[in-house]
Amino acid sequence: MKKVMGRPRLLKDVPFHYCPGCGHSVIHRLLAEVIEELDIRDRCIGVPPCGCAVLAYYYLDVDMVEAAHGRATAVATGIKRCLPDAIVFTYQGDGDLAAIGTSEVIHSANRGECITSIFVNNMCYGMTGGQMAPTSILGQKTTTTPRGRDRKKDGPPLKMCEFLAPLEGTSYLARGSVHDAKSILKVRRYLREAFRSQMDNQGFSMVEILSPCPSNWKLSPVESCRWIESEMKNHFPLGVFKGSGVKQKQAGCA
Amino acid sequence: MSREEKQLLRGSEAIAESALRAGCRCYFAYPITPQNELPEYMARRMDEIEGAVFLQSESELAAINMVFGASVTGTRVMTSSSSPGVSLMQEGISYLAALELPSVIVNIIRGGPGLGNIAPAQSDYFQATRGGGHGDYRTIVLAPAYLQEAVDLTYKAFDLADEYRIPVMILGDGMMGQMMEPVEMPPFLKKLPKKEWALRGAGKGKSRFLRSLLLDVHELEEHNWKLFRKYEKITRKEVRFEEYETADAQMVVVAYGTAARIAKGAVKRLREQGIRVGLFRPVTLWPFPSMDLARIARAAKQVLVFEMSMGQMVEDVKMALDGRVPVDLYGRPGGIVVTPIELSRIISRRYEAIEHEAKR
Repeated sequence: MKKVMGRPRLLKDVPFHYCPGCGHSVIHRLLAEVIEELDIRDRCIGVPPCGCAVLAYYYLDVDMVEAAHGRATAVATGIKRCLPDAIVFTYQGDGDLAAIGTSEVIHSANRGECITSIFVNNMCYGMTGGQMAPTSILGQKTTTTPRGRDRKKDGPPLKMCEFLAPLEGTSYLARGSVHDAKSILKVRRYLREAFRSQMDNQGFSMVEILSPCPSNWKLSPVESCRWIESEMKNHFPLGVFKGSGVKQKQAGCA
Repeated sequence: MSREEKQLLRGSEAIAESALRAGCRCYFAYPITPQNELPEYMARRMDEIEGAVFLQSESELAAINMVFGASVTGTRVMTSSSSPGVSLMQEGISYLAALELPSVIVNIIRGGPGLGNIAPAQSDYFQATRGGGHGDYRTIVLAPAYLQEAVDLTYKAFDLADEYRIPVMILGDGMMGQMMEPVEMPPFLKKLPKKEWALRGAGKGKSRFLRSLLLDVHELEEHNWKLFRKYEKITRKEVRFEEYETADAQMVVVAYGTAARIAKGAVKRLREQGIRVGLFRPVTLWPFPSMDLARIARAAKQVLVFEMSMGQMVEDVKMALDGRVPVDLYGRPGGIVVTPIELSRIISRRYEAIEHEAKR
């Protein structure tokens, strides 16, 4: 019988520690598939974040080095400048990339560092217990916004793809989601494009991925996916914001 | 080692040039006074060296993390800053220590706390010698007093960093950074040590990872012990100091860096007047030359610590002497640089007091 489906070669045979219904496991799988497909494992170095995915090096069979919270793109800059032929990616959550690491990501993007950031947006701080994230939507109840995120007090959510798109140094920006099969396949395409953009030395690339966090959202895995479809997608429109596949260039884009 | 002809260089430039000769091929920094000549020199000079990476970062926080990234690849890397900037780097230094990543960090200290001023000071002694960031760790701390020594120690710093896989700090101050002295430069290193642990992509082999997260308490304790054993080894092997006129000294002055230069001038003056005073100058602030100080100051009636801060190194001196010799402090914080004459007056007054005490 022909084998049509299996474990990606670059995903180590270790059970995930992630909560049931968490998006990280799907994203890890996609990442492993894309790195294998592009045949870049030999020169690939990943920088996992502080947060739930800090242990990504237990699962992904590529060289990895753990960065301090928020500093992944600065670390990746140091690596890439020393090894221009390496394929360097960061894997960061919303707190990591869009709160504590905003300065690093903006400047790495603006310099056009040829690195790829995989930005997992689950609208909360997962590992620390579901506090408000920079990407939490208005009205979203978290452990630190018991009455819901308030525009006046907390400001509106940060939309990183839209935010980085006007920067000259960015070459590929896309936002996908892993809440259904169709979206998951699209994320794989985005990841492939982002890495290709790095391989062609085009500049800074990022794939933002809306990802369910059932444990902290206090929803079942299925309800979480439905919530992304019905609610989250409205706040974070999916699609390619920059690079090949952009339907209409936004004003101010290079 | 074969040396070149002497050239007149500014402190910041001498340190930068020596670093390049030691094989430093990566430099990241953010501007801050009084050390801007160092990044400016690096920007000019690294442009001439093939494959060298100079990058002005968006902050010191980013700079130290770029240092981290470069070090991961096995590249010899350096950053420089001044006190407020080095405070920002402390997070990164803790991670460098945890992952045992070799790196060289130059701190051209300015007056503090806060923004303080840009005058020469030694007020970052605690920060440098106690780790500075979070967690149980040490960094090697080198404190040159002369530019030739700054050149030699910078050259050595990269070897120490690689040998022990540890961040090495070089402490200077605005005076040392600006001052010009004739120096002999060491040659460009041709062969650099191999670093098996460095990450360059897995190639066809097994993938590896470097991390500092050790959730299992026993695993972290093991790691802490491993670091501690390394620190013990450094303490045994890498202590450096200078002694001057200490053989018959009734009073031993302890000072480092710029303060030691001033103190040496004062001691020289006082010796001409027949006053039996000597100087002990720690060159490594961590590891502190405790045993040597204890041995050298054993016969003295008094030890006087002179530092351009308010009682930081004096703690190490007291720990080294453990109550066997009385320890006095003359601290001048805030960026004040006293002259050798001023200091010699302070020393001779205290010297007279102990003589007087002895006669009673």
